[in-house]
Amino acid sequence: MTATEERAATAEIGRDRRRKEDQRLITGRTRWTDNITLPGMLHLAMVRSPFAHATIRSIDTSAARTSANVVTVLTGADIADDQGVIINAWPITKDQVSPTHLPMPSDRATFAGEIVAVVVARSAAEARDAAELVDVDYEELPAAVDLKESAADTVLAHPDLGTNKSALWTFDSGEAGTGGDVEETIDKARSDGIVIEREYRQQRLIPAFMEPRSTVVDPTGEQITMWSATQIPHVLRFALAATTGVPESKIRVVAPDVGGGFGGKLQTTPEEFITFAVARRLGKPVKYTETRSESLVACHHGRDQWQKLTLAAEKDGTVTGLKVELLADLGSYNALLGGGTPVLGAFMFNAIYKFQAYHFSVQTVLTNKTWTDAYRGAGRPEATFAIERIMDELAAELGVDPLEIRERNWIKHDEFPYTTVCGLEYDSGNYEAATERAKEMIGYDELRAEQKQRRESGDRVQLGIGVSTFTEMCGLAPSRVLGSLDYGAGGWEHASVRMLATGKVELVTGVSPHGQGHETAFSQIVADRLGVPFEDVEVLHGDTQVAHKGMDTYGSRSLVIGGEAVVKAADRVIEKARPIAAHLLEASVDDLDFAGGRFSVRGTDQGLTIQEVALATFAAHNYPEGIEPYIDAEATYDPINFNFPHGTHLCAMEVDTETGAVRMRKYVCCDDIGNIINPLIVAGQVHGGVTQGIAQALFEEAVYDDAGTLVSGSLVDYLVPTAADLISFDIDHTTSPSLTNTLGTKGVGEAGTIASTPAVVNAIVDAVRHLGVNDIQMPCTPERVWKAVQGVGAGGDDPTAGAAMPHFDEQEGGAQ
Amino acid sequence: MTKIQLTVDGDTVSDDVEPRMLLVQYLREKLGKTGTVIGCDTSNCGACTVHLDGKSVKSCNVLAVQADGREVTTIEGLATNGELHPVQAAFHECHALQCGFCTPGMIMQSVDLLNDNPNPSEEEIRLGLEGNLCRCTGYHNIVKAVQTAAGGAS
Ligand code: FES
Ligand code: FES
Repeated sequence: MTATEERAATAEIGRDRRRKEDQRLITGRTRWTDNITLPGMLHLAMVRSPFAHATIRSIDTSAARTSANVVTVLTGADIADDQGVIINAWPITKDQVSPTHLPMPSDRATFAGEIVAVVVARSAAEARDAAELVDVDYEELPAAVDLKESAADTVLAHPDLGTNKSALWTFDSGEAGTGGDVEETIDKARSDGIVIEREYRQQRLIPAFMEPRSTVVDPTGEQITMWSATQIPHVLRFALAATTGVPESKIRVVAPDVGGGFGGKLQTTPEEFITFAVARRLGKPVKYTETRSESLVACHHGRDQWQKLTLAAEKDGTVTGLKVELLADLGSYNALLGGGTPVLGAFMFNAIYKFQAYHFSVQTVLTNKTWTDAYRGAGRPEATFAIERIMDELAAELGVDPLEIRERNWIKHDEFPYTTVCGLEYDSGNYEAATERAKEMIGYDELRAEQKQRRESGDRVQLGIGVSTFTEMCGLAPSRVLGSLDYGAGGWEHASVRMLATGKVELVTGVSPHGQGHETAFSQIVADRLGVPFEDVEVLHGDTQVAHKGMDTYGSRSLVIGGEAVVKAADRVIEKARPIAAHLLEASVDDLDFAGGRFSVRGTDQGLTIQEVALATFAAHNYPEGIEPYIDAEATYDPINFNFPHGTHLCAMEVDTETGAVRMRKYVCCDDIGNIINPLIVAGQVHGGVTQGIAQALFEEAVYDDAGTLVSGSLVDYLVPTAADLISFDIDHTTSPSLTNTLGTKGVGEAGTIASTPAVVNAIVDAVRHLGVNDIQMPCTPERVWKAVQGVGAGGDDPTAGAAMPHFDEQEGGAQ
Repeated sequence: MTKIQLTVDGDTVSDDVEPRMLLVQYLREKLGKTGTVIGCDTSNCGACTVHLDGKSVKSCNVLAVQADGREVTTIEGLATNGELHPVQAAFHECHALQCGFCTPGMIMQSVDLLNDNPNPSEEEIRLGLEGNLCRCTGYHNIVKAVQTAAGGAS
């Protein structure tokens, strides 16, 4: 067998490689930020406001200062000159109203949990003890808590701004020239078609990554080094430099092992800025690690919208127009993306359907609650939920199967590329194929038959089948598009490939993984591209000194953008190696073929592997005149378009009509994410993603009381599902390669979360629709389900109270 | 300060500790056993799970002084002579971890579960891991890994 054949037989792309990163993680040889200990390191504890809104009259730190082993206690006034400012990178309108966000304000606390002082001590325990002794004199102010009331400016979150309304962002297909006038379609439907109007609630969620955030800053070198549990070391370095006056070149940010993010660590935080300021001030290494309670109250939250939809359709169910009006809760500040998060959903409400006209508006609103920002899916789960829910309502109105109404309206596989009513070009997809497969997997017709039988017999346990035929846009993002949306940065990604003398390969990527498995997937890409063994590739990332250029990891961008940069850099290595190989082989460049990692002279058995060329280049004893002895290469890739994964998710739920308890019977999905690099990693992303979406449907909500205190402020009250709350999933794929990148891949990190929430809620509503129910607010607690069945409503403004879903196995009576 | 002496991952260790020091703090801060991690302050997440005299405990729920005279095994002491424990190997094989933060606790709990019940059903596995949260995997592959380890052991 020749080397070429051998390599081809072991193609890496598409292979279910076990992950490289596991060995460390399963043996505890980890480097979480909180594991880092440096000589003389001091520890911080934050003093946080217990009030949602209060003037800080004075802060007495004297008792804390004299507490054992306390080094100092600092307030906002003490670090006023060097604390920097927390940035909002995406002012969504020119006239966006936005309060200045100081890491540690000295005059007013704007949410319960905001930092008002910091204690520095020799141990974390002593710092926390002393934090209790800091005496803050607050004058409580009325707090803007409820989103709708805040939108009416009843109470002001920031009295000096004069309004809570931050920005009104709109898109109108008539104005944009991408479609018709939505009001016309609605008027027409009112006279001779169907109009469906609904209001849905996207409850507030907490990302709840498992590793609490932690930051260590070492100011004792020429560069100030910050280790932080972040998704975005590069953005963080930029923000620190831009607002503290420390030159960017004097700051090194490292994201070591990071224990999950889901958007929650896509932020530059007050905690990071305060730690940076304290370290600089004291000239000593300092560490801050949050407790879980602090994490739940201070890490940004997600979702939190009211969604008003008006859908216009013809009598036969052909959709014509969609009007979406959102209210989005920002919390007390515009976070990094801030109002940009709902805007990311603006182009997705039309989903896979052929609307003629579309109008979208979002009013972002400031309140005295924890700030909100990206959480897995960021805008797109909200959009998908709303459209997939209302498509079910349309099906119900017409009395047809929810899949039938979708099929009538979706883009057919032979209509791609298709330009949507938002002006986005969907490059590829096959909704028919994915749906067919999903139906087969769940046994759709049998379930419908069972549902019918249970209805007819008046069974206490009713069965519902929920549908979600989602798409999403991912791969953030073409820089020019971001520019046109006034986003403060680009969406490119960078990679470099270093060929070491021994034939090993270092791949440096600008993305910053925190569980996604990039070391493995990117090694597979490089191994295939360069024809080197998988084991010979080392993937380096997450340290601005090693990976100096990058845009980090979020928005399902790492593979589709970062991976493309890897491909381009690897291809450049081959091109740079080619003349050196030709020279060594005493052949013409034109006579060389490159395959399976080997340059061979056409028609001979002469050849050299790229690893041999790397060694020869290192020695540099013999290379052509006029070129450098250097075959390393780098590339920056700016995507030309988003890409559009899609899929059909089907969920069967049993609902006990007497108790309101629900039980998930089966969950299947068939996702089309283009070509797959590593099916094992993809499956993991789908499982985890689907779970987070299910969690929104059934379990989780960040609940505030009237005073603006987070009631679900611990893992006792904020119900991250356990293994006992879930079932195993059935997943499969259809493949329509993306046409916008070389590898034909599409993003997968957020797909499950985007798709699953409406599938679950649609299933529950479907189970009890014949009892007169057409909505149940999330999370669908037994109490809400029971109320809905009793006809006392659970779709409106019904705060989450009492017990959420118990574990499926614990249900009394059992929806078995 | 109280003097304690115990065995951790096969080594005898002895220290003066504050009575309020938690076992997890002792492991991390005094012994540098940072493989065991802290995910919460309400004993909900299970990230800190270790074995105390062969049974799993949440080490944030045990005082260091309570471990006096006893035997602690952490994730760092699970492999023997460089060979992974079958549960560790199964987690790798089944892609039962993503970020890996819950993994030490999840593996220690799974080992305990299988010690008690070498052939658990899916439901028994799910119930047995109820005290350990994972935000990444949806538990699907964790359940599979425990099943795989059980199959391998029998
Ligand atoms: S740290 Fe969460 S249970 Fe111990
Ligand atoms: S693997 Fe990330 S929390 Fe379990």
